Amino acid sequence: MKPIPHPDLYGLMAEYHETGPLLEAARKAYADGFRRMDAFSPIPVEGLAEAIGFERNALPKVVFAGGLIGCFGGFFMQWYSAVVDYPLNIGGRPFNSWPAFLPITFETTVLCASLSAVFGMIALNGLPKPYHPVFNVESFELASRSHFFLCVQSDDPKFDRVATRAFLEGLGPVAVHEVGF
Amino acid sequence: MTTLPTSAEEPNGLHPVLAPGHTLGTVTDKISELVLARPLNWRWITGITVGSSLLTLLLVSVAAVLANGIGVWGLNRPVMWAFDITNFVWWVGIGHAGTLISAILLLLKQEWRTSINRFAEAMTLFAVACAGLFPLLHMGRPWLFYWLMPYPNTMALWPQWRSPLVWDVFAVSTYATVSLLFWYVGLVPDLATLRDRARNRWLKLIYGIFALGWRGSAKHWHRYRTAYLLLAGLATPLVVSVHTVVSLDFTAGIVPGWHSTIFPPYFVAGAIFSGFAMVLTLAIPLRGAFGLHDFITQRHLDNMAKVMLATGLIVAYSYTMEFFFAWYGMNIYEYQQIVVERPTGPYAPFWWALMTCNILIPQALWSPWVRRNVLLLWVISIIVNIGMWLERFLIIVVSLHADYIPASWRMFYPTFWDFSTFLGTIGLFITLLFLFIRVLPVIAMAEMRELVHETQGHNGGAHASGLSTPTPTPGVES
Repeated sequence: MKPIPHPDLYGLMAEYHETGPLLEAARKAYADGFRRMDAFSPIPVEGLAEAIGFERNALPKVVFAGGLIGCFGGFFMQWYSAVVDYPLNIGGRPFNSWPAFLPITFETTVLCASLSAVFGMIALNGLPKPYHPVFNVESFELASRSHFFLCVQSDDPKFDRVATRAFLEGLGPVAVHEVGF
Repeated sequence: MTTLPTSAEEPNGLHPVLAPGHTLGTVTDKISELVLARPLNWRWITGITVGSSLLTLLLVSVAAVLANGIGVWGLNRPVMWAFDITNFVWWVGIGHAGTLISAILLLLKQEWRTSINRFAEAMTLFAVACAGLFPLLHMGRPWLFYWLMPYPNTMALWPQWRSPLVWDVFAVSTYATVSLLFWYVGLVPDLATLRDRARNRWLKLIYGIFALGWRGSAKHWHRYRTAYLLLAGLATPLVVSVHTVVSLDFTAGIVPGWHSTIFPPYFVAGAIFSGFAMVLTLAIPLRGAFGLHDFITQRHLDNMAKVMLATGLIVAYSYTMEFFFAWYGMNIYEYQQIVVERPTGPYAPFWWALMTCNILIPQALWSPWVRRNVLLLWVISIIVNIGMWLERFLIIVVSLHADYIPASWRMFYPTFWDFSTFLGTIGLFITLLFLFIRVLPVIAMAEMRELVHETQGHNGGAHASGLSTPTPTPGVES
């Protein structure tokens, strides 16, 4: 197994007070060749995920699949029980009286799609994760209030303790912090 | 950044959705302090005392119902459903404005929804919890409620899928689940803020557990917004479907006064009407008690009053059409029930009260002066809540008490337990609401920060608008 080059260092983190410089810094870092990095903000910032090179969002597909399962599962449940397992003659209606099955089919579709949206989001985001190295930075608690952060991870092939710090400092941050494990 | 003086109106003559001068930090501090720093005050203690006293009444009433059966209510033949289903439909209806505000207004990019959506969603959850109690209790043996669920039971029986009552089970439980998910997803970034701002170790731990380790990563936000928008898109048709299904409980029956095709849209409009009335009923005192005038501005109250007026007119149209169908259709039972019995029968005073509460009085909302008068608006919203309760009561009890055979006609008289169960659920609602106010932010902080970012241009010059430098007109409070 390859040894971790920086056993004490998760990465370097630049702190900003505005979204504009953060976005610019994220774009520059990506253009400079950094790939293993993340940005943190108290609000969703338009274009930030794209700026750090995050393109693949699998969530819509997960939700669509969940909706399909709910739709077919819900209808199948009713069809199986009313036609195959326990057919009952209700006022001479056909066993497969599908218009009457639609309300429940709709509800199960919405239910499964919503559950997959929430649990899909949580799972794809790797949550719950009570411990994460970024929490070790003291000012990081302002990431949920008013401050913005860009973190370049030490496992990036281009990472160098001194050179990366100098590079980040050149991007106009308020401060650059070391993020320990 | 220091707080700038507030300006009463934007240049276009509208009140702002957020008083000027706020930054990401001030918004977060002000809202999180309501939970973390504000000491117990007499208002909160009064509220929780009233709530928990009524909640005790609920427990006693439920015990009475379980011990003696639902005969302790004034139910008889033919009025086999009365207060219980009235309360059920009323509570479910109240819940609707919460989802409507959070989901539909989100999709329509109505930014004024931001400061009211959190407690409107909480209101939905608590209202649905209150609503759910009534069908459960009405079953008589609530511990067997799972018989309504599709599960492999020993008798190999399935629920009857063609019955609107089974649709109801699915609709209401799906609605409750999706509302809870929507609410929780919205809360996650706020819980992270509370975790980071709490100074008490235990609070930090508890908020931390529920925040799931949220750290505001750009990738997380990206998926988060997708999930939130998709949930809003899913919840929107759900709102309409739930009350439609509730109305089908009646429409599918052949009781004169129930069997009507106008019920689904009529019920949905009524639900939104009563839901917005309830949001106003709650928002106005909340805003006064916690000094939230910056966040719940005149603009919110005005917009909600307009929605109430519009849905009230739909409801008025539905009453007219119900009357017209009964007269024009000339089915004698329907004619007797709707045209004769309701305005002139033994329950006529309630019908006239309904017309006053739901049609006559809301017309005052046409006047901008009334919409600006907070106290008057609050009184009207309470009147609408009463009116909507009367509407459900009339549809259910008056229709049932006089059906096809005059020999079977019988009046319904509520007993003490009818009133106590209803008051008790109001207590449950108040208790839950006050607990919520105490432990969670009543206004969505992350969304308010976004609103500050978009409208006032702090921490992001790209979206800066003229609002970031408002004309100082000190002393004017919106």
